[in-house]
Amino acid sequence: MNNIAIYLIIMAIVTYMIRAIPLVLMQGKNIESKFLKRFLDFTPYAVLGSMTFPFIFYSTENKLTGIIGTVIAIVLSYLNKGLTKVAVYTVILIYLIDIIIDMI
Amino acid sequence: MNKEIREGIDHSIPIALGYFPVSFTFGLIATSSGLNPLLAFIISLTNFTSAGQFAGMKVILAGGTYIEMIITIFVINLRYMLMSLSISQKIKGFDLKDRLFTSFGMTDEIFAVSSIEKDEISNKYMQGIITLPYISWGLGTLLGGLISEILPIALKNAMGIALYGMFLAIIIPVAKKDFKVLGVIIIAIAISCAIYYIPIFEIIPDGWAIIISTIIASALGALIFPEVNSDE
Repeated sequence: MNNIAIYLIIMAIVTYMIRAIPLVLMQGKNIESKFLKRFLDFTPYAVLGSMTFPFIFYSTENKLTGIIGTVIAIVLSYLNKGLTKVAVYTVILIYLIDIIIDMI
Repeated sequence: MNKEIREGIDHSIPIALGYFPVSFTFGLIATSSGLNPLLAFIISLTNFTSAGQFAGMKVILAGGTYIEMIITIFVINLRYMLMSLSISQKIKGFDLKDRLFTSFGMTDEIFAVSSIEKDEISNKYMQGIITLPYISWGLGTLLGGLISEILPIALKNAMGIALYGMFLAIIIPVAKKDFKVLGVIIIAIAISCAIYYIPIFEIIPDGWAIIISTIIASALGALIFPEVNSDE
């Protein structure tokens, strides 16, 4: 379909441009500003934090499992279980809890 | 095998594993909503980002205008500009080809892991760290799309939390060790939640909320904690 192709092209190009332009333009230039460097140090953590909350609460079928899942994920992360285990265990536990809730 | 490539691949394994449930979910949801599984697969191969893909998918399904698509994708992915800027400070010996390639693989997790694990990033390292996650991303989408028919609804619903679980798995261990990072994270979350819940800010789209939270939280962090040497 004509339509779909244009949507896809737009998505791909815009996403790529946003990533490529700063990386390509900053050729050999180093940022001098201490403030800016420190700012960029914190960026990954701020981004991930703001992307997670409050959306994680609404990421499952209902808010209750969303909250429970959040707590599970936080605890597992705090215990340094690693990306995969945290993701997999949280999903499985929520799945099981959902089943239990449905049975009650 | 080149040492740098090897290291990149090692660091990429948890990312690749974590991506699978997410891309699988994307493939699943995209197909359940009416998209052709092959289309979902192509979207994943050409975008390589979760939030942006879900957002784009919504626009397609709603029959939005092309302008709407451009702005939506632009805003929701704007944070990648900050990430590319941040990473540009750490890369050494990259020619244009390397930059073009690295740009394509600049996802949240690849950015986070490479920034945190390495002070100086080589092109070989990026090749190593991008490969498996990309394959996982594509494969997961394809399988998710194909299996969409068979999966129990309950499991599909539970998978929504996989992406966020991954994000937490990245930031919490670091926040544990560095109270400054913890502070910045809390500020970012506070602002993000404020924008989401306080009625006045309802107009602000999710993509902007992330950018605003990130900029304010990072700026405050840089102002209040200018020194790099950790003393905890």
